[in-house]
Amino acid sequence: MTDHNMYSEIILMHNRSGHNRHALSGETHAERGHNPSCGDDLTLHLRVVDGIIESASYTGSGCALSQASISIMIDLITGMDLDSAKNMANDFFDMARGETISPEAEEALQDAMAFQNIAKMPARTKCGTLGWHCLTASIAETTADDVN
Amino acid sequence: MTWRESFPILKAHPDLIYLDHAATAQKPQVVIDRMTAWYETENASPNRGAYGLSASATITYENAREAVLKFIDAGKDATAVFTKNATEALNLVAYAYPFKPGDEIVVAISAHHSVIVPLQIAAKRTGAVLKYLYVDGVHGDFSEQMLAVIGPKTRLVALPLIDNALGVLYDVETVVKKARQHGAAVLVDAAQAVGHRPVSMQKLDADFLVFSGHKMYGPQGIGVLAAKYEQLEQMTPFLAGGDMIAYVTEQSTTYAPIPKRFEAGTQNVGGAVGLDAAIQWIDAQGIERIAEHEAAMTRYALLRLSEHPAVTVLGPKLTMERGALVSFEVEGIHPHDMATLLDQNGIAIRAGHHCCQPYMHHLDKAGTCRASFSAFTEERDIDALIMGIDHARKVFGYDRS
Repeated sequence: MTDHNMYSEIILMHNRSGHNRHALSGETHAERGHNPSCGDDLTLHLRVVDGIIESASYTGSGCALSQASISIMIDLITGMDLDSAKNMANDFFDMARGETISPEAEEALQDAMAFQNIAKMPARTKCGTLGWHCLTASIAETTADDVN
Repeated sequence: MTWRESFPILKAHPDLIYLDHAATAQKPQVVIDRMTAWYETENASPNRGAYGLSASATITYENAREAVLKFIDAGKDATAVFTKNATEALNLVAYAYPFKPGDEIVVAISAHHSVIVPLQIAAKRTGAVLKYLYVDGVHGDFSEQMLAVIGPKTRLVALPLIDNALGVLYDVETVVKKARQHGAAVLVDAAQAVGHRPVSMQKLDADFLVFSGHKMYGPQGIGVLAAKYEQLEQMTPFLAGGDMIAYVTEQSTTYAPIPKRFEAGTQNVGGAVGLDAAIQWIDAQGIERIAEHEAAMTRYALLRLSEHPAVTVLGPKLTMERGALVSFEVEGIHPHDMATLLDQNGIAIRAGHHCCQPYMHHLDKAGTCRASFSAFTEERDIDALIMGIDHARKVFGYDRS
């Protein structure tokens, strides 16, 4: 039995509001993330201009945790440069693995800290990290593009 | 002793509402005790030793095989190969069956991944063609039109007796009759049926029948491939090694007779002993009595779930004979969120595609919630499930209606 309540107000609010769930005009990146075992199937859309995430959104379907996580992430990374977004993703992954992260990182993650107990729910960790994996994959592509 | 009292896990977890029997069954005390006794007082390698303990182990192991064959009414034309589980039994058939290029393998779309994936690999390896028998997720009978996929090139037809995702009970006999017209063999995945209802391999006239011990109150790690001798005789060994041989020379080997030809290496005798004990436990309760109880629990669950305004029940209708599992969706709540929120109330169900992705895709579903029942399920377990659903709806900000 799990006691920690993952279904906090902030997660349910993001799951319901859908304010980040839409297509994105002028997108430079679309990264699909899929958890075959549970059917979460989300696509992260980014519009990156001069190394800055100018706008972001997601489309697709998934459980409340996967949708809330990607939506909270979108609120956080909008306006951020790619390096900072990548660092934030790494902090999130550390947290999702149950590792201690710095107070500064905790503060920066803001609402995403609602997922700090997800490490205790091994069956659901991948729901919380799906959107962040889409983000790091998008950033890796951008970096590769720059090299080429 | 009540059925609940027979299961020590319910003493260890008094608040557990276990509704995931279809994934694995809990074990009666007698099964655990029998396995302990085996390891404490009887353990030896069967088949080989000249000493008394080994000879006894051989007899105990073969007695378990006989118990299995009797339990599924296999008849004198069939035998049983012990495997790790139903999955290994299915891999054995897929690997060892002599498919030729152009042969057709017909699989029900509602089959478990453990049926579909090994046969996909077999088809790719041998040049056989994989075709599907499409069902509608409600009915288990077959029209002549549906069965038209079975034809002169069909070599093997594989289908579940009861499907894992929705609990549809299939009219296997009609499929067998059609297959016989074209000389095709029929493989029945009975993992969700054996231990729940009487299963007669002779009555089904199946060529292969597979199931897992752990879904029928036995231990994990023991399964059964029951097969007609005439089928096994045309199959090459699956795993090779000790115990499955007669003579081995530097360059060639002759094999042991069937069924030992398909049992390489020291076998899971403790598991076979546990399975034998599970069969004895089921026989002592009466399989008809268990079936009636599970049918009553399934009906109760269907009634309670159907009357819930936020729940949509999938699969067979109330009046239809079916398996002891119910798949459902809850409006506004993804199955995985549902399973996590039910877990907060100590209720264990399954959420997802139930190892049936092609079936889910065919029915245009991403996944479902599944509650499954066994001898120890009581109405209060299902009442708890309904309350758990209400709790989840509340967490998600919905009213009761």
